[in-house]
Amino acid sequence: MNGAVMMPPAMDDTPESRAPGTGLWVFIGVASTLFALFLSAYVMRMDGAADWSTIVLPQQLWLSSALLLAGSVLLQRAGTSARAARWPAARTLLLAGGVCAMAFIGVQLWAWQSLLSARVGLAGNPAASFFYVLTALHGLHVLGGLAAWASTVPAVLPRPADPARVVRRIALCARYWHFLLAVWLVLFAALGWLTPDVVRFICGRG
Amino acid sequence: MSYVDAGAHHAPQTFITKYVWSQDHKVIAVQYASTAILVGLIGLVLSNLMRLQIGFPGQFAFINAERYYQFVTMHGMIMVIYLLTALFLGGFGNYLIPLMVGARDMVFPYMNMLSFWVYLLSVLVLIASFFVPGGPTGAGWTLYPPQAILPGTPGFEGGIVLMLVSLLIFIVATTMGGLNYVTTVLQARCEGMTLLRMPLAVWGIFVATILALLAFPALFVSGVMMLLDKTLHTSFFMPALVSLGQATDYKGGSPLLFQHLFWFFGHPEVYIVALPAFGIVSDLISVHARKAIFGYRTMVWAIVVIGGLSFVVWAHHMFVSGMNPWFGFFFATSTLIIAVPTAIKVYNWVLTLWRGDLHLTVPMLFTLAFILTFLSGGLTGLFLGNVSVDIPLSGTYFVVAHFHMVMGVAPLLVVFGGIYHWFPKVTGRMLDDRLGKFHFWVTFIGTYLIYFPMHYLGVLGMPRRYYNYENYQFIPASAHTLNAFITVVALTVGAAQLVYVYNLVWSTFRGRRADGNPWRAASLEWATPNTPPVHGNWGPRLPVVHRWAYAYSVPGAPQDFIAQDAPLEAGGQEPEPPARPREVPT
Repeated sequence: MNGAVMMPPAMDDTPESRAPGTGLWVFIGVASTLFALFLSAYVMRMDGAADWSTIVLPQQLWLSSALLLAGSVLLQRAGTSARAARWPAARTLLLAGGVCAMAFIGVQLWAWQSLLSARVGLAGNPAASFFYVLTALHGLHVLGGLAAWASTVPAVLPRPADPARVVRRIALCARYWHFLLAVWLVLFAALGWLTPDVVRFICGRG
Repeated sequence: MSYVDAGAHHAPQTFITKYVWSQDHKVIAVQYASTAILVGLIGLVLSNLMRLQIGFPGQFAFINAERYYQFVTMHGMIMVIYLLTALFLGGFGNYLIPLMVGARDMVFPYMNMLSFWVYLLSVLVLIASFFVPGGPTGAGWTLYPPQAILPGTPGFEGGIVLMLVSLLIFIVATTMGGLNYVTTVLQARCEGMTLLRMPLAVWGIFVATILALLAFPALFVSGVMMLLDKTLHTSFFMPALVSLGQATDYKGGSPLLFQHLFWFFGHPEVYIVALPAFGIVSDLISVHARKAIFGYRTMVWAIVVIGGLSFVVWAHHMFVSGMNPWFGFFFATSTLIIAVPTAIKVYNWVLTLWRGDLHLTVPMLFTLAFILTFLSGGLTGLFLGNVSVDIPLSGTYFVVAHFHMVMGVAPLLVVFGGIYHWFPKVTGRMLDDRLGKFHFWVTFIGTYLIYFPMHYLGVLGMPRRYYNYENYQFIPASAHTLNAFITVVALTVGAAQLVYVYNLVWSTFRGRRADGNPWRAASLEWATPNTPPVHGNWGPRLPVVHRWAYAYSVPGAPQDFIAQDAPLEAGGQEPEPPARPREVPT
């Protein structure tokens, strides 16, 4: 049976069905606090530090950013397809979104290798230390998202037994991917362009 | 909001799924509480060992300087994090939230189960540090760098690493639990249970959980960065320095950055412990004074405001670290502002007691003791909140007395009161009353005898953190006598806790059987069809709530309380806020 002719799943709106969404918002709040605090530490450590040496970010980060952006868009479209009960499309888009996230992790590791081969290690320069820590922490959040994604994929194959639940789960995956993208863009910008000069200017000492 | 009951959960059938890998919030609560109490007993023993050294210096050869600092550090961390935080959120939070809001369980039971086992792992990692070469860290519970990870500090190798790893694991556990508590309160309340009908115990735990979710990340950040400084020689916090004559490879790190991060967590942590205590005390007072809580809505708002303000006062812990005077002025002011909502709460507790039908049960005794203790501990906080007063007192026993009264003894009195109060619901049996009263009086009088004299020792200038106080000209002989006295009392209070543990164990199996509502309380947890409540809590139908949890001594009612789920006609609804006066056209 072609999924395109199926009726769109009826969306229930009960406290039970809303709980995962609320839980995800709460988690996003916690994770945002975590990254905000890391960035605060980044700025405070940079401010007036004589040992701070700005690093040149590896070019691979542009590719990884594009992959995460693609994953975010694909999962959003997967959610739209699932809501319209276009299950084959939803399945393909969901898989593609997850694969993009896996590729993101791979490219981030490639960027690490590139830095390491340029003798930019974890210790010795706090700018590099923060780069490795922040990208690792973000990568761990992506891996967490992939765990949730991996538990969603079987629910879509071959046809969902509980369509409304699957729609919700894909929507939650998409929301989390948007969050991961937003955090990454902030981190990327901070790591690349928040230099000691900018911090001095912000702190009124420039 | 709709209130579709997803149906009773399938009850676990085997011993393992019922009591070990349990997803039932009530079992998880008992697991959390038991573990926290056990680890708390270790913290208690450590405090008594410290007191032996202070009271009778040199008499116990095994307590050398290194061990003394290890005892201090582990005692502080165990009591604040692994006992109080875990017990209030994991223990009381897990047990009370679903029952008090009329839910069958937490909304994410599997994650709830994981939360406990991850917490247990963090405790095991912490305890393992006693057995590694060099022993546990002796850096002080604040773990300040650079000394925490440098040679010369006890446990600077394995001990500090295990401490940091344990804290990171604990934060993961707390986050998993916290997601559950917040989401359950927001999404799983039964029909009629509006936010402003929730008991204050739930409000206290709910806001404290939000604080935990936002504050623990700061500890996580500092923990990760210090772990990297220690193990991989980054320099987040470590400045360039020479240690024991050897130049280190650290450079440029900021120890002050650690202090900011630590106290951004550390001060909300005070309220992570205090807010559940405030909520529980409010409920206990109302039940045992047979009177509606005075000013329910202001109590709710006070909890929320205190929670918010707790994030903008952290640097009052750092007045002696050196800061811009305007900075100090800001943090002193914000600190003193917190006294306003806190005072509102104290007034409301006293006004609830005023002309109430007071029943001096064991829970009520602990509750009254809390109000006194929190008041005296809070008042000394006003001294320390002022920069100019804090600076001379900061390094003395005045601070030890202050924080033990306000966030050690006071919350523990609530823990005891809460356990005496809800034990019949948890086990179906009453705790022994005579043992309870013995426990109360020894604990209450004993803690005052321990901590009140410490204020005087502090004003006298007796420094804290010292291993040995002998041969200092400014410490008179009378101070040594007082220290010996405090130690004797501390040992007595410590022994009294064993009576409490005996009472818990004995009463669980042999205690007098309790009916479903032995205190004649109005809140929902006492309305379960079974005591102890079975899996799913409520039988085939979820309860429907028609009023707040404080309908006591309602005129004309047949009993002196009206349960939250009694029919609407029974009356006792919460007082509505006064209608806004209409604008009269002029």
